[in-house]
Amino acid sequence: MWSIALLILLPLAASIAVLRAPDPQTRDLWVQRWSIALIAVTLLFGAGCWMGFTDQTLYAIPHWLQTALDGFFDLVGLILAGTLLYLCRRIKWNEWYIPALILTQTGILFVAEAAATHPQVEHLFYVDPFSVLMALIIGVVGGLIALHAVPYMRDYHRHAPEVPDRRTGFYAAILVFLSAMFGVVFTNHIHWLFVFWEITTLCSFWLIAYPNTEEALRNAYRALGYNLIGGLAFAAAILWLAAGSGPYTRELDRLVGAGQLALLPAVLIAVAGLAKSAQLPFSSWLLGAMVAPTPVSALLHSSTMVKAGVFVLVKLAPVFQGTLAGLFLGLIGGLTFVLTSLVAVNQRNAKRVLAYSTIANLGLIAMCAAVGTAEALWAAILLILFHALAKALLFLGVGSAEHLIGSRDIEDMESLVYRRPELAAMLLIGMLGMFLAPFGMLLSKYTSFQAFLAMDLLPGEGALLAVILAFGSGPTLFFWSKWMGRLVARPHRLPSIPNAPPRAEQLVLGVLTALTALSCALFPLIELGFAMPYTQQLAGLGLIPAHAMAIPWETVGIMSLMLGGLFILPLAFWLKPPLYIESDPYLSGANVEGESYRGAMGAERLATNQGYYLIGFFDERRLMQTGIIGALGLGVLMLGSSL
Amino acid sequence: MNAWVAALGFLVFGPLLGALLAGIDRRLTARLQARQGPPLLQPVYDVLKLLEKDTLVVTPLQGLYLWLFLFFMIGAGLILFTGGDLLLSLFALTVSGIFLCLAAESTNSPYSHLGASRELMLMMAYEPMLLVAALGFYLTNDSFRVSVITEAAPWQPLQLLGILVGFLFVLTIKLRKSPFDLSTSHHGHQELVKGLTTDFSGHHLALVEIGHWYENAILLAWLYLFFAPWGPWLAIPIALILFFLEVLVDNTHARLTWSHTLKASWWVTLLLGTTNLLLLAWWVR
Amino acid sequence: MSFLKRSPWILHYAATSCNGCDIELLACLTPIYDLERFGIINTGNPKHADILLVTGSVNEESRRVLENLYHQMPEPKAVVAIGACALSGGIFRPAYNVYGGIDQVIPVDVYVPGCAARPEAIIDGVVQALALLDARAKAHKRRGQVSIESP
Ligand code: SF4
Repeated sequence: MWSIALLILLPLAASIAVLRAPDPQTRDLWVQRWSIALIAVTLLFGAGCWMGFTDQTLYAIPHWLQTALDGFFDLVGLILAGTLLYLCRRIKWNEWYIPALILTQTGILFVAEAAATHPQVEHLFYVDPFSVLMALIIGVVGGLIALHAVPYMRDYHRHAPEVPDRRTGFYAAILVFLSAMFGVVFTNHIHWLFVFWEITTLCSFWLIAYPNTEEALRNAYRALGYNLIGGLAFAAAILWLAAGSGPYTRELDRLVGAGQLALLPAVLIAVAGLAKSAQLPFSSWLLGAMVAPTPVSALLHSSTMVKAGVFVLVKLAPVFQGTLAGLFLGLIGGLTFVLTSLVAVNQRNAKRVLAYSTIANLGLIAMCAAVGTAEALWAAILLILFHALAKALLFLGVGSAEHLIGSRDIEDMESLVYRRPELAAMLLIGMLGMFLAPFGMLLSKYTSFQAFLAMDLLPGEGALLAVILAFGSGPTLFFWSKWMGRLVARPHRLPSIPNAPPRAEQLVLGVLTALTALSCALFPLIELGFAMPYTQQLAGLGLIPAHAMAIPWETVGIMSLMLGGLFILPLAFWLKPPLYIESDPYLSGANVEGESYRGAMGAERLATNQGYYLIGFFDERRLMQTGIIGALGLGVLMLGSSL
Repeated sequence: MNAWVAALGFLVFGPLLGALLAGIDRRLTARLQARQGPPLLQPVYDVLKLLEKDTLVVTPLQGLYLWLFLFFMIGAGLILFTGGDLLLSLFALTVSGIFLCLAAESTNSPYSHLGASRELMLMMAYEPMLLVAALGFYLTNDSFRVSVITEAAPWQPLQLLGILVGFLFVLTIKLRKSPFDLSTSHHGHQELVKGLTTDFSGHHLALVEIGHWYENAILLAWLYLFFAPWGPWLAIPIALILFFLEVLVDNTHARLTWSHTLKASWWVTLLLGTTNLLLLAWWVR
Repeated sequence: MSFLKRSPWILHYAATSCNGCDIELLACLTPIYDLERFGIINTGNPKHADILLVTGSVNEESRRVLENLYHQMPEPKAVVAIGACALSGGIFRPAYNVYGGIDQVIPVDVYVPGCAARPEAIIDGVVQALALLDARAKAHKRRGQVSIESP
């Protein structure tokens, strides 16, 4: 119980401390120290939980404290609404809907609060294996990102002198963000959950707007607006829970436990989850968010924000399991998965590739959550973990690379393997971790296939989801491999990069790389420690059908063998290099010194290559428009079928 | 025990089988062109010769990627032939394909790069169909395990008819046959030179060839799986006939562009594979 | 016996030929002569080739290409010059830009005369080159340096 309070309050205290730091040097030092403390505390907490408990534990707190906290959260909610309204002072006329949303949302909550009686809230917090795993992700990955942010932002301001230096607020916002995320994963009180939810929205707005350019502002407002649409749906769910015909409760565990009675509020909250996890039709805010400095992107994509969205989807999975609304939710996820994977093929900007791939993977998680069987949840939980690690690594790696080579274009990262081997190796491991066997993502995909095919609501629906997954896998393969191909290409006399990334950045990247690889090697531990207990506990409560689901040990063995090969072969290669004779690439015999060739009129030209982007084949705009219309339709169907 | 024998059998006889298939392929092709053609074991001679030669490299790292290619290829085959998990085997096959592309990309020569890019495009084209085929097997047998699939009900080939046709379609791509030999040509004087393998020589080329032998054996095994319930005496000849049907297709078609290939294979996957899968799911329930 | 004899892969380069010899060379691959019977493949890629077949005389333009192709062929290898032009420059010899036969640029192992050389003669030349290759393969030790540093 107290450890939860510690986890929520620690980053909060850190952010206050950072705000009050006397000078920039001390501030930077403090950010780093507090982050390390946060990582250590989360690890201790995780280790304690891993050894200690098997089941969900709910916590109540003394009545007086609860009343006080209730009042406090109401106050925070009001302040939040006020702050958001204040932030709207720089909106444009076509963004009028943002203040309107804030006002409606507050109004709805006010109505819900003003009711004569409120549902009793007995348990305010809970701990279960899934939320512990989430906490580990938030604390460790989030803490590492905060660590990385310090040297990164120093470089950032050197590269972009026009951006006003508001780093103190920046670090504080990141820490508040983490604190709110801990709140989201631990609180059982739906109102409080909503308050934490909106705090993350606010923090993300501030962080996206950090560069303070016109573009950044517009994108920040878009993020704000889209998330507020989700927030509105959330508020409507709260109103329904207080005044509607469904379950009369304010507790998350009761809501989930109510099963299909709670379908409507669950669907409404799922809309909020979809908005937060940037699924279609809301996807564009996450792409807009790319204007922010890289640590922000890493934070939004890996450990916070979008993960909060899929977190509630997975939490609500028992409600969706076996319903039509659940199927439509799954189809929204599936549509997002396929379309954004296709669009990612078009992208040359490394951060946009990463963004689209995030949205696609979240779509996959949403599909799993919508299916909601033990296997599917297992897959979803592991996907969240593996994705968080690999994505944090990739974003931070791309950020460091960008500062070294001055570009985020994939083509400019050509031959990074030779120019900055350690950075390239880290990026490669991150990419392999995203889509290839023997890394964890593939194992989750494998389980998703099985889970989808085992569905039995409508004939063929599971097969449909599985086919969607199969079709999305093709382009995923293409855009990652293309990028890897550019990284490993032999340089066209490109200079090697003289300066390494700052030590702290290297350290964080190294740790993340190790975690990505380790999480695959140690995945049975994670599975037994977190994913299995969670699904078993839900099955024990009778919320999802019990299923003797186990990855056969043989599979694990084969995966480990492959993983071993993947690391041992390069090692063997390095220790005992085979015999070679170096030569030039084949250029029809017209080579002049390496990669140049004698072309027409005897002119010397450099032979250069570029990846395929299939711009003429998939059209980003058209695909996304189709996706938005399709997802809107599916969303309407989802809402309709829940009534 | 049995699994160990199968594993050893695949390791030793897999490439031999693959080489033989390649040899028959070349001979058949020659006959179709009214030539006599090389000896059956010509692919083996080729590889033994390549092993006698020096290895020229553009970058030493290309050897590493090629070893990884072979490693995962053998891994895929081992999983398949020991009766393991079909989907897992497919994943390993994909990894191996990607390492081959990386090897070609790492040389950064225009021809290799073109071949690698096109190979990736082809992977994007055939991957969904292969996955759908694995899913089809799962639906009929409720398991991805090859040892279970081989004991399926005798009407499995009929249940999976659409998927079988779709699989044959992508098999043409996988074997790099015309009309889909976009990434590397068997006859090296076309616009691609030798595509993917342009900048491999000596031992490296031998590695690629051995990898392809293993791949041949694996693909033949996939074909066999469709007919496995009918017993080996029927299934093996059918699989072989279908395999060599690809040679006929190879010799009667001109090469398509990548966009046609991509579209065609996705449509086939959608129309044949997916429809079959949905009907199957409906039927199984 | 070296397996080079069983699977000689050829690379054909037309330095400055009138295309007469090239046509004859290509005729070797047709069903009538069917060189693939002996495992011979026209690879079109020096890195895969064992025997370099050159037709035509060497001039300023083709000199470097010929050198490059030759150097991009892994050892052991052999060179066959086909036709009067490749042997000595042939009718192009007096031209101001022509160096003469290809042995001015790279070492030649077998000379196949004729204008144009007949397919039978070309096949005979390749067979002689095979004997040379066989001997070379026996004497050949794999060479190479050990390095994995970046270029
Ligand atoms: S030798 Fe005669 S046929 Fe051959 S290239 Fe020279 S001129 Fe032409």
